[in-house]
Amino acid sequence: MNTATSNKGDNATSVSLALAGSGGAGVMTAGNMLLEAAALAGYFGLMTRTSGPQIRGGEAAAMLRIATYAVDGPDDRFDALIAVDWLNITRFSAEIPLDADSLLIGDPAQGAAPEALLESGAQSVSVEFKTLAKSIKSGWPNMVALGLLAGFAGLPQDAVEAAIAKSMKKGGDALAASIAAMHLGLSAAQKLPRRMPLAPPQGACSGRWLVTGNQAAGYGAIRGGVRFVAAYPITPATELLEWMAPALTRVGGTLVQAEDELASINMILGASYGGVPSLTATSGPGLSLMIEALGLGVTAEIPLVVVDVMRTGPSTGIATKTEQGDVNIALYGLHGDAPHIVVAPNSIGDCVRATQWAVTLAESLQTPAIVLSDQSFGQARAVIDQPADLAFTSRRKLAEPNAKDYKRYLLTDSGVSPMAVPGMAGIAYTADGLEHNERGTPSSQASDHLAQLDKRRRKLASIDYGDYWADVEGEGELAVITFGSCTGPVREAFARAKDDGLHARLISLRLLSPVQPERLASALAGVRRALIVEQNHSAQFLRYLRAEYDIAAQMTSFHRPGPLPFRPDEIHRRLIDWSRS
Amino acid sequence: MTAVPAVAYTPQSYKSEVKPVWCPGCGDYSVLSAVTKALAKLELPPEQVAVVSGIGCSSRIPAYTNCYGFHGVHGRALAAATGLKVARPDLTVIAAGGDGDGYSIGGNHFLHACRRNVDMTYIVMDNRVYGMTKGQPSPTTEPDWDSKLSPHGTGLREFHPLVIALASGANFIARAFAGDPNGCADLIVQAIRTPGFSFVEVLSPCVTFRPEQREWKTMAHPAAVAPTDDPARAARRLMTDDGFNIGILYAGNRAPYRSAQAARVSPAELEKEFAL
Repeated sequence: MNTATSNKGDNATSVSLALAGSGGAGVMTAGNMLLEAAALAGYFGLMTRTSGPQIRGGEAAAMLRIATYAVDGPDDRFDALIAVDWLNITRFSAEIPLDADSLLIGDPAQGAAPEALLESGAQSVSVEFKTLAKSIKSGWPNMVALGLLAGFAGLPQDAVEAAIAKSMKKGGDALAASIAAMHLGLSAAQKLPRRMPLAPPQGACSGRWLVTGNQAAGYGAIRGGVRFVAAYPITPATELLEWMAPALTRVGGTLVQAEDELASINMILGASYGGVPSLTATSGPGLSLMIEALGLGVTAEIPLVVVDVMRTGPSTGIATKTEQGDVNIALYGLHGDAPHIVVAPNSIGDCVRATQWAVTLAESLQTPAIVLSDQSFGQARAVIDQPADLAFTSRRKLAEPNAKDYKRYLLTDSGVSPMAVPGMAGIAYTADGLEHNERGTPSSQASDHLAQLDKRRRKLASIDYGDYWADVEGEGELAVITFGSCTGPVREAFARAKDDGLHARLISLRLLSPVQPERLASALAGVRRALIVEQNHSAQFLRYLRAEYDIAAQMTSFHRPGPLPFRPDEIHRRLIDWSRS
Repeated sequence: MTAVPAVAYTPQSYKSEVKPVWCPGCGDYSVLSAVTKALAKLELPPEQVAVVSGIGCSSRIPAYTNCYGFHGVHGRALAAATGLKVARPDLTVIAAGGDGDGYSIGGNHFLHACRRNVDMTYIVMDNRVYGMTKGQPSPTTEPDWDSKLSPHGTGLREFHPLVIALASGANFIARAFAGDPNGCADLIVQAIRTPGFSFVEVLSPCVTFRPEQREWKTMAHPAAVAPTDDPARAARRLMTDDGFNIGILYAGNRAPYRSAQAARVSPAELEKEFAL
């Protein structure tokens, strides 16, 4: 490689690349191939996408981070932005931060780069994608761009070829043309004023997965035993449901597309009442519609799981972008006193484990569980180490057919009562949203109401949630408490802060409900101050911590709404300021 | 070989000990009786039957049977019943409820249950009033019926459940009268036997808030026509009859909903899609 034209990029450990273009330019295709090529070469990576409001067509951008280590979130800035064309690209400029060390690569045939992008100080570079692509029969500019980015990041040519071949299974002339066009891009990359070749990868791709958060959650659900899903499409949860439709069929389960979210949630109540572990996935607007039926799940003690892939709210909000604004509704949205489970995965890989865990918790405790994922997990695709298969073995406690004097809501010590399911003779009962006595017969007696309220609360305290309630790392008198998709950027900021001599604890809460006051107190023992990091406008997580836990440490909030993702530098700077204040 | 049931089922086999909350003279008692008669005739073990409902007077019916019951939230009986039947196709699933539950708050599910044609039976006890909340107009209430919530009437034309069911694709459509529990039982038997979504609208008087409905016994009459499988003929019949035509008014032969099938694999097999 020509060291004269490269700078600090030599042996880069993390490279961030954006590829933008109008609809039909194939930037997503090229982005996916680039991620796959990086994965095959042994690198880790993450790809998120952004698009304009158009249903189809319109501008779009694939945003990638490729690294020698596992990445759970975006970096601070982009090393290169390639625009196949400039259509409405300034809509994304806040999402693709550039600076004087960035390259802004465009085709002169598409005109000059917009002033808003040039203001960043990024170095403008012209590459004639279209002309290059036209020099090959059936060659496409996006494949030239793919080669250019691969060359910029120093990805091995064979990995890029393999990624293209994997995506174009038909092969033939189209494949040959794409590879040839990609090669032109690779050659063009050698003439760039600077490149950022990645350091050699750590390990090989075997044992790793290329997966989206939505697929991961869907797979975790199936691992946990889910065999019935009812679904209504909603961004950004739709892909979870679309992945599950054929997957469930293959494992002997069923997915029904419902007429609305009211139907989805009531269908899974019916299916789970029938003994089949059931799930639905939605986003904020859908969760709002499901809340009444979740209360039925609590009262009638019917297990079920709702995956809420959070998006920017309230109302329709910004449907395609992320935010952690559903903490309140997930925890407190139900009317009456309705104890239930709320679990938040804190990485794309954790979407598998947390969802699997949520299913087994819901089943063994006979109550609804909400999984708080979000758009930044759901619609992002990442190279991850294969998640360990955790042994969540607890299952629904079933009654014995013809059990003598069977009481569906028997007041047991644990609060969990053996559940009859249709088909079991001699113990038929009516599941009811009406308050009831132990037999399930409707009752308006104060004593029955109190006994059943106590039972439903007691059962959530009846099991040991183990170490899985939170990820606890580090030591010191300072702590950051966070959850969900903030965890990755916080972790990265921690690593940087360590170099500044800052030592602190990181607590990423996975089990939001039921609350674990003793565990959190123990994790916070000796901590004087805590910074609470979350992505919403009203510090919902902080308010929850204040309301539910007796935390001695002085708490400071670092919160802001979506749609822009948290970047490590933003948290790092805040961490340093806060620790010194 | 003919299976001989180990137990001889009688209507009593399907009745529970729970005392109904219904008013004396309520039509729903007869519908409960008709359901138990129908199940006895079909010789279905009670534990193989699930009765699913929403909210309202008639929606209390599951607990009054000895079958598995599901008394859910208002308007969602058909959704819960659909989930149950699709997940557990071995069960006989009956959804039941009133006109407010089924045609107002649950109206959307009614349309889509007809379309989806899952093999189950939906019994609506229509008394053209919200009884549990003490007398408000429902979608099937006459436009000039005076009430506190809608003084001088709603002024709205009535919802026509049978026409809607036909247009939406229900495979079996019948009208029954609570005043004739045996006839009602026969219609329920045929509804359960017919594959797909079967809809039985039962005229079930509310003697408390609609005492004039006592007169229905003089108005209900057997349909003078045989069932048809021609939707156009059925539509004409349903659009033009007097609303008291009792019997099977449409019986189609549309294949019921069927879940997708595929060769079975273990869950771990699904990981291969992600593995590099």
